[in-house]
Order: sequence, then structure tokens, then C-alpha cells
Amino acid sequence: MKDIHDIEITINGERRAVTVESRRTLADVLRHDLGLTGTHLGCEHGVCGACTVLVDGLPARSCLMFGVQADGREVETVEGLGTPENLNTLQQAFMTEHGLQCGFCTPGFLMLLTALLRENPNPSDDEIRDVVASNICRCTGYAGILRAARLAADSDAIAT
Amino acid sequence: MKYVGSRVLRHEDPRLLTGRGFFVDDETRPGQLWMRVVRSTSAHALIRSIDLTEAQESDGVLAVICGRDVELPVIPVRVSPLKDEMAPYLQPVLATERVRYVGEPVAVIVATDPYLAEDAAERVIVEYDELPVLLDAEQSAASDVQMVPGHSNEVAVLRASFGDVDASFASAEHVVEIDVTIGRQTAVPIETRGLVAEWSPDDERLDIWGATKVPHYNRRVIAAAIGLTEYQVNIHRTDAGGGFGVRGELYPEDFLVPYLALRLGRPIKWVEDRAEHLVSTNHSRDQRHLISGAFDRSGHLLGLRDEVWHGNGGYVRTHGLTVPELTITMLPGPYRLPAYEGVCHIVLTNKTPCGTYRAPGRYEGTFARERLLDIAAVQLGIDPLEIRRVNLLSAEELPMDRGLIALGTSVVLDDADYQSLLEVALVEADYSSWQNEATQLRAQGQLVGTGMAVFLEKSGLGPYETAAVEIDREGGIQVSIGGTSLGQGIETIMAQIAADELTVNIASVDVVGGETASMDDGMGSWASRSTVVGGSAVLMAARATSDLALQVAATLLEVSPEELTLRDGRVEVNGSSERAMSLGDVAAVIGNPPAGVDLGCKVLGARRKFSVEHMTYPYGVHFAQVRVDGDTGAVSVLRYFVAYEVGRAMNPMTVEGQLIGGAIQGIGGALLEELVYGPDGQPLSATLIDYLLPTAGDAPTVGTLITESHPSSSNPLGAKGAGEGGLTACGATIASAVGNAIGKVEAPTRLPLSPMRVRAMVASAAASTDHVSSAE
Repeated sequence: MKDIHDIEITINGERRAVTVESRRTLADVLRHDLGLTGTHLGCEHGVCGACTVLVDGLPARSCLMFGVQADGREVETVEGLGTPENLNTLQQAFMTEHGLQCGFCTPGFLMLLTALLRENPNPSDDEIRDVVASNICRCTGYAGILRAARLAADSDAIAT
Repeated sequence: MKYVGSRVLRHEDPRLLTGRGFFVDDETRPGQLWMRVVRSTSAHALIRSIDLTEAQESDGVLAVICGRDVELPVIPVRVSPLKDEMAPYLQPVLATERVRYVGEPVAVIVATDPYLAEDAAERVIVEYDELPVLLDAEQSAASDVQMVPGHSNEVAVLRASFGDVDASFASAEHVVEIDVTIGRQTAVPIETRGLVAEWSPDDERLDIWGATKVPHYNRRVIAAAIGLTEYQVNIHRTDAGGGFGVRGELYPEDFLVPYLALRLGRPIKWVEDRAEHLVSTNHSRDQRHLISGAFDRSGHLLGLRDEVWHGNGGYVRTHGLTVPELTITMLPGPYRLPAYEGVCHIVLTNKTPCGTYRAPGRYEGTFARERLLDIAAVQLGIDPLEIRRVNLLSAEELPMDRGLIALGTSVVLDDADYQSLLEVALVEADYSSWQNEATQLRAQGQLVGTGMAVFLEKSGLGPYETAAVEIDREGGIQVSIGGTSLGQGIETIMAQIAADELTVNIASVDVVGGETASMDDGMGSWASRSTVVGGSAVLMAARATSDLALQVAATLLEVSPEELTLRDGRVEVNGSSERAMSLGDVAAVIGNPPAGVDLGCKVLGARRKFSVEHMTYPYGVHFAQVRVDGDTGAVSVLRYFVAYEVGRAMNPMTVEGQLIGGAIQGIGGALLEELVYGPDGQPLSATLIDYLLPTAGDAPTVGTLITESHPSSSNPLGAKGAGEGGLTACGATIASAVGNAIGKVEAPTRLPLSPMRVRAMVASAAASTDHVSSAE
């Protein structure tokens, strides 16, 4: 007996209607129902943070949220940032500072740091490190990610 | 314009930064079904019965299959001369009579939706008759309980030796013997494994997404297993969310997904979840070393002996023998050693089977050997740096044939200068000031210490790699390679090499790896071989393409090829640069030649195979400074430094990225990571809450020194490989620093140095100090 709900989520500024089972995670709704495959699943138990998206502006593990919990909310994903031809400041900083290798965890870090830099455009290095410690990267050893966050913070035009 | 050697930003980044990467779970085929694996919940048992009825009646289920329903061969060993001897120990795709580890596949569900597949998996009822559980290699070797009836639990004993070891120990003035253990660990790429397969009955072709590392090998084996020819199977390029050795080897699911796609005639997807990953993807390390050294009184190493117990897990997988072999053949490291004997017992245990994980055998062997040297230095009253200095091979002694065989090739240490790298690294890291600072802090009662280790790596395993270059009439250049992307930046590196050779802008080069339709042969991306061997193949293919362009242009411009130069992607007549053709123009003419002119080729391009006999041996030094919290046993890494000779760095940015990333991964292995089992063989580290990975909060700033003083003569690029040396000596170095910090160099003998272990060491160091002071 499936428990089905019609929900509406504003994703990257666009209202999307979707019918979901109550147990379906937000990550699966984004990836498989809405085709937004930029959000990745690394552990499905809230530790690695690869699936981090912004819900009403705050970072959330989309593997630990049900789609129905996002009903009526605003969700931002990596697809809402810059494009390959026109990377935003933070994405460009990741490229310049070699803040990614395999790139699987990268969308989660981008969303995490997008929220940080909106809330605190001038974070200290310690504040950046604290936030970066929320997610796991297995390739870079974090050095490039920390430098990228610093560079983006020091550039004035961070995406709003 | 010279790309090789420059900090070229990566081609891969724009797509990966915008969510446009293409990972296996991003592929969805029309009509796709989902597979879910039912795994053993018992570590060692006979399967009494499997009841599939309820699962078959579950919503959305199209098929439920267990071992008796399929005819698939066991999974072969990929790399080893002992393939035949391993036959009894190989893993079946689905267990039929007996299970040998928690996580072993016993049945699969195919359903319309992954949630429904998982529901159905829970309705498969397997009844087990429990057998005694063997968790420790030595216990298992001695046990009467045979995991494979009629065969010893000790699947092989590998030996490597040279010189007269007995004599060296008999004549030694000092013998040091230690017993050290490296816990069971695994790579944990952030993307789990996954596979999609689709059978097209009309053209009788099977398409696969998600294979990586060794796609051509896997294609051969999978095709044979399901009764297709190699050329009926196409493996498609996907991005890979980290590899580190574990991803891309053949696992049961790599047979099940294609098999079911063929059998059901529907596309099948399987994506591993993290809980599955931690019990099914290869584990590694898990070694005990009983290592002893024979020394003279000034610390010269006369002989070395190591007896290794390798807890292999329930089956011999594709790489079951590789890690043990590399452990004992690389153990002598960069040292002068008259006599050596390494013995490795490979023993089945009721745990997840093992395979390679970044710096396989070297992480373990370096830990054992460098611990031995640290402890010998204390016992002989020699500075730990000095004992390395007197034993490191000098530049004049190289190249040198070690008299050992590793991975089918003799170990010939190539040109190097281990001694000067150590000296340069000491200065660059300013290690003496780390030591002075630690000494002062210890005098104030803080447990701060420094440690170091020297190591030898290996890379560039042959026998060959293939590459093809083709230029289209717009001047677009496609480079097809046998290697694959694992996130290491291979597309950028190969593009750098091709762009330099063809004198073009790197933006015009597109690199395709892991796509069997565009490159039908290749050895794959493993063992730090992509740049060394694969890059050399790209260089040769690009050079041959450039030669062809000159030859064709010579015909068209009616000059000899010697009168032409390739510059900025244009073939120019020397001395009159207005008489020129772009590479695209040359390709266009080849595609549509003037009537009556035979240009001798159909496309502007070339395919080349680069073969290499011996591996090349990069080497390095690590330094650490750590603080130990005596109350909690927590270790903080305050400073870390990696010096690494890479022969030639194609891209210093990505080499540095490899070193720093490797170092943090290796520090994780030194301090945090261990796959722990309960006495019943139940895995206790089956989530990332229990298997701890380093976060930015644990990661020190890692200083690096990349040297290019001794380019490899084994390949035209001079590259020695850079993928593993960031990590190789981390266990040894952190242990050395922790021993120094707590004032008991010999105490750290077991990795990881978890808080519980360190706290016990601190307590024991304090007790022995108290004892000494009270005796005085």
C-alpha cells in the first residue's frame, strides 16, 4: 500500500510539481524524478555530505530528508550555480585552487560553502575549516577546498 | 606554449563543478529495472535453505535468483603467476552451499524500482547452519576448520629472498626483532560502485556503464562468462568518484548485472549503498609483520627478515595475491641490504576478501621496516636520521637489480639519489626546527613529537598501453586511451602531452578513456601507470600523427618533409611561414584528396602501443609533528611534509594534489580507519559513523617538495608516477612521531593508532618511567 503525495518544490527558482511516495528521499526526488543528477549520494546516512543541498537557504543532507518534507520549500542544487561556460566565483575558485579531483563530493561542498559565504562573506580560516569539516572528500585532503573557499571569500562577487 | 610541466587547469573541472559529470547512477535507460543483492548475514555457515517465495510475490518484482539458478563461472585472479593454484579459493558470483563472510551475495532481486527491490530483498529467507568463525590469519592457518573443504586455509606462502640471511644474523652485533600489525582498512571512494547494462537484441550488443580502471580486461572476462564475444560488449565512459585501487576490479555484481540484462532482455541498474560497500568492496592491509634486522654496531643493516601474516578474507579475488607479493618484494625499500628473506602467509579468514588499496604492500611494508629502523636506532644509540643515512643506497650504486621478481618483472631500481633527497627534504621542511620545538614543548610537559620515514614506491607497470590520436577537418583532436578516469585528472594530463607534441591549443584536444568502442585494447588505470605508460603511448601516437601531417603537407606543398615545421598547429614551410596548412586543413585534404593523388593514408591520425619491461621506482621522505592528548589518547597532526621524486611532473598542480590527498588518506589509515569485526564475524564498522574518515578538522596543512632530479629512463616522458607516494609512509611516520611524543619510540606497533591504543601506550610509558624513577 503506497502512500503517495503530490508536492511542489521550488528548485533553483523554478516551481516543480512531483508525485512522490512518502518514503522517497529528497535526494532520489531530485536525481531520479527531476533529473537533477548533480546532487550525489555518497553514504545515504548523513555522514559524507555529498548530497548537501540548500533548503530555504540552509545546507541540508538530501539523503536524510524525505521529498515530502521539501513540499512548499525552496531547494537549491549545484545546477543553480554557474554553467561550464560561466562558472560562478566559488566554482571558478575551486578550479583555480584544484579543489576537486574526482568531483563526486564537489557539489556538496559547493552548496555548503555557498551557504557559508552568503551568511558570512568574510569568514576566518578557522570558520571555513569548521564548515568544510561537515563533509568528506577522499581525494584532495581538503587543501584545495580550503584555499578555494578563501579565494572565493576574498573575491567580492560571490553568487547571491 | 608548453603544457607539460605547467600548472594547467583541468579539463574535467567545468563539468564536475556544475553537476554535469556523468557518473554511473546518472545513466538511466528506458525500461530500466533495478537489481538488489541479498547478502549473507553470517560470517561462516552452510546454507541450509533459501526461500524465495515471499520475495517473488513482492510488489514490482520481476525476478529473484539465487546461486542454483545461474551458471556463471567463479571470478578469476587478474594478476599473478599462481592463477591455477588459486582455483579452489575463487569467489562464486552467488554463494550456493556455503557463505564465508558477512556481505557475500546469496541472491538477487530485480524489480521496477530500487525501493521495491530492497523491500523484496528483505523477504528472502535464508537459513544457515553456523560454522566456526576464523578471523585471524594465524589462527585460521592452524585451525582444523577448513573454509574450503579439502584445502588448507593457507592459500599460499610467498617467498622473496636474496643473500645469505642466516649468516648475516649469525654474524650480527645487534639483532632487533619487532612484531607490528596494520589493521584492516579500505579505500572508501565517495562514490560507491555501480553498473548499468543493456542488451540490444536487434544488433546483439551489450552496453555497459560504470566499469572503470581495467575496462578491456573486464570486458573480455564478462563477455566470456555470459557467452558473448568481446566485440559484442561495449563499455562506455563514465566519470568515477574515486578509485584508489578498489573500484573497477571484477566483483560478483559485474557479472550479475550483464547476465540479468541479457537474460531478462531489459536494462538493469545496480548501485551499491554504503553499508554494502563496506562489506563487499575489497578490503586491504590486515597484516602482521614479525620483522627482524641484523645490524653492526654502527647501524649498518646486514640482513633483514620478515614473516608476514596476511588476513585475506573469505576468497581470493582478482588481487588476492598482489598485495602480499608487493609487500615482500618492496619491503627492502631504498636501503643497501646484503641479505633478505620475506615470507608472506596468505590465509583465508571469514571477512570481506582483500584486494589492492593505494600503495598496496608498501604502506604496510614501509610501516614495518621504518619502525624497525626507529627502534634499532634507539637500541644502538644512533640518531634515527643517521641510521637511514648510513643505509640508504647511494646514487653510485644505482641502477641495481634487487634479485627479486614483482608482478612478473624483475625489480631493477632505476637511477635515483635517495640520500640527497633526504638531505634536501630536511632543509625544505626545516625539520630540525620541528624537532627543537617538540623538544621544548616536551620539556614543558606536553606530549609533542616528531617522526620521519623514507620509502620506495613503484609505478609504470607494463607490459604496454595503447593510445590513438585523430585530427578532424576542423582541427579538433581526439585522443583515445586505454586508461580510464578515476578522478586523477587523466584527461588533462593526456591532453597536455598531445597538445605539446602537436603544438596546438589544449582546448582543441578531447581525451576519451574507458570507451571500448573508440579504443579496443588497453591495460587500464592502476598501479600509478596511467601517466608513465599511458602518457608515453599518447606521446608516441601524437608524434606519429605530427610526422604524418608533415609528410602529407610535403606532398601537397611540393617540398620535402625536412623543409617543414609544425608550429602553433600549422605545418609551415621553413623560411616562408605564409606557405602553410593547419592540421585541420591537412585532415580535410586527407579526407577528400585531389584526384590522382595518393596520400598514403585515410585519416590524419595514428595509433601506438608503448611497451615497457621494468617498472620505475619513485621515492620519498615523510615528516610529521604530532601532539598526543595523554588523557584521551587523541593524536593531532600539527605539521606534515612529503618530499617525492617523480622523475618528471606533467602537471605540478595535480601532482601536489595527489601528494596532499594521499597524505591525508594515509593519516586516516594511521590514526582513524579500521574495519573491526565482532567475535562472531559481524562487521562493526559498516557505516561511516564507525569507519572514520579524516575530515578537514583532522587534516593538517601538508607541505610538499616535488623533485624532478632523476627522470625515468624507462619512458620518453621521464615520468616516475605520482599517485601513491603521498600515502606510502604515513603509517610509519605518524607512528614514529607518536613514539617520540610519548617518550617511548617502540610503543606504536599497531595501526591505526586509535585513541584507545594511544592512551594505553601513554599509561604504560608513564608506568615504566615511574618504575625507573622509583628504582633510582
